[in-house]
Amino acid sequence: MSILVDRSTPFIVQGITGRIGRFHTNEMRAYGTNIVGGVTPGKGGSSLDDVPVFDTVKEAVAKTGATASVVFVPPPFAADAIMEAADAAVRLCVAITDGIPARDMIRVKRYMRRYRQENRMRLIGPNCAGLISPGKALAGIMPGHIYLAGPVGIVSRSGTLGYEAASQMAELGIGVSTSVGIGGDPINGSSFRDILELFEADEDTSAVVMIGEIGGPQEAEAAGFIGDHMTKPVVAYVAGLSAPRGHRMGHAGAIISAFGESASEKVEILREVGATIAASPAEIGSTVATVLARAA
Amino acid sequence: MDIHEYQAKEILAGFGVPVPRGGLAYSPEQAAYRAREIGGHKWVVKAQVHTGGRGKAGGVRLCSSEHEVEDAANAMFGKRLVTRQTGPGGKVVYRLYIEGAVAIRRELYLGLVLDRKSERVMVVASAAGGTEIEEIAERRPSTIIRSIVEPAVGMQGFQAREIAFGLGIEPDLISQAVAVLLGCYKAFEDCDATMVEINPLVVTEDNHILALDARMTFDDNALFRLPHIAELRDKSQEDPRQTRAADRGLAYVGLDGNIGCIVNGAGLAMATMDMIKAAGGEPANFLDIGGGATPERVAKAFRLVVSDTHVEAVLVNIFAGINRCDWVAEGIVQALEKRPLDVPVIVRLAGTNVAEGRKIIARSGLPIIRANTLAEAARRAVSAWRNNPSARPPSAHHGARAS
Repeated sequence: MSILVDRSTPFIVQGITGRIGRFHTNEMRAYGTNIVGGVTPGKGGSSLDDVPVFDTVKEAVAKTGATASVVFVPPPFAADAIMEAADAAVRLCVAITDGIPARDMIRVKRYMRRYRQENRMRLIGPNCAGLISPGKALAGIMPGHIYLAGPVGIVSRSGTLGYEAASQMAELGIGVSTSVGIGGDPINGSSFRDILELFEADEDTSAVVMIGEIGGPQEAEAAGFIGDHMTKPVVAYVAGLSAPRGHRMGHAGAIISAFGESASEKVEILREVGATIAASPAEIGSTVATVLARAA
Repeated sequence: MDIHEYQAKEILAGFGVPVPRGGLAYSPEQAAYRAREIGGHKWVVKAQVHTGGRGKAGGVRLCSSEHEVEDAANAMFGKRLVTRQTGPGGKVVYRLYIEGAVAIRRELYLGLVLDRKSERVMVVASAAGGTEIEEIAERRPSTIIRSIVEPAVGMQGFQAREIAFGLGIEPDLISQAVAVLLGCYKAFEDCDATMVEINPLVVTEDNHILALDARMTFDDNALFRLPHIAELRDKSQEDPRQTRAADRGLAYVGLDGNIGCIVNGAGLAMATMDMIKAAGGEPANFLDIGGGATPERVAKAFRLVVSDTHVEAVLVNIFAGINRCDWVAEGIVQALEKRPLDVPVIVRLAGTNVAEGRKIIARSGLPIIRANTLAEAARRAVSAWRNNPSARPPSAHHGARAS
């Protein structure tokens, strides 16, 4: 098994007729993802590489039975596309688009709350690499060939560091159940905690790699969940231990940024709740191997 | 993106936030002229630089005559202001803002920021304004008022009143304070700001509430729909290397070491930096080529990185997803064939089209040091830099430049 996607999940691609959307639609199909349609307003009725294109998400869902979407829509229109998916009862939306204004994301998050929890769409991203359940489906822009199928879940803000972890693990013969890129934007759809919950409940995931970064409250929030609810071992790496202090958001930023936002504080908090810390980004694979050996 | 104080005041004034009378000056003569135009007997001459802490660095002077204004302006123009926020390189003063001085009765603090935890705009206010707000936050956090704005309806009157009363504003001044709060929120919202800060917000002797200082930063992702904000960009306040990169659609971070780095993605950039430091080196910079980089963009990135004279080795570390290793390789080869380098180049490629990429590097016959893993790349980059005869000892210029 895996989380979020498998071989049968029917996907539509929003922004399928764009250069990037089209390229990655073909990559995803080549990997085996069940792409049943695409949406580009104004191009409904046509088809692209044998995939039917619709004007609206509602129509696409009605005609194809899609339950999930991948968004490649350009930044000025991406928030609108995500809300359209939420309104069309799409269950899972993976937003790849990089560069969406934060104000638009505030609006998206607020809009999604109009649906009851059980009907609410799950949003992954934006500004992320998407997700992959190796050997089953790819909903995003990851290089599929670097992943082995196996028992370790990956959740990462950074796309490239997720690839790095997967390829180090593959070198050691360790595979991945699902890898999720949650994206680097300050306001995103799913947090580390949201994804850890899914991995904890997934029968076929036996350990999780979590790759965090300097800044933001989500790693500390995840640590709370790990300490209280995770029974599976977690390997963590936090990027930016040697990063210079970034662009500060004036005094107000310093006041609201609580303890737990620097890389070293995040490492400390995660270690305290029992996560095994990978000392460097080159040691993620070997740390996973050690943890798996200990658990076996 | 940051803007100057006078620009922030102009924007906020447009949203009904009262500010002192003031005028911009590009020369000492103009500064004196502005003082006369404003009238009164006391003026404040303020350096317009993108940083806080100007007062302590000598960037704010109180003057009692037009002559004093001119002298103060003379002393400030062209000066490099160094504050805790600018780093050792400081920022050069090219513009001054002259303001009529006001008699202050109380100083307050007001800030609006994007709060990542609540995913909303948060108002932060304190009755103890002035430069020491961070210390108050640390020592007496309970004195700070925090209020989160519901995005669907925006800031409401009651919310603004609560904050104003919480700051101890007198009842007959409450409506002024509410106008300031609602105006700041509206400006934040309408201009896609990520921060609005008024420190201090003052109550004057004659019972007016005024924004004595103002700072605003904006969401770079939203500049496409804010041409009137985008045009306020002042390149003289940026690291010129960063400006050149931004003009070419590349993200650049300048640092103090000697190893130039070309990567894709912010996460990999930070991880590469962690690795280089662990291997005993120091990065000179980071250039993120972003997604879907063409050979031309990679070649540009390469030339930009090596144009920094502190660069004594170049490490290219790409893990391609949306990128293509063959395009990256072509870009490197293009750049090197056009202008051979006397510094070592280390290339690590992984991910999409990696076999083709490595082939292009190998076939080029260029003296490129290849690496397969992140650890190997960092190790080879640091040792190649150490063995580079043109390399200077790290102590010679370490920490000598602004980042």
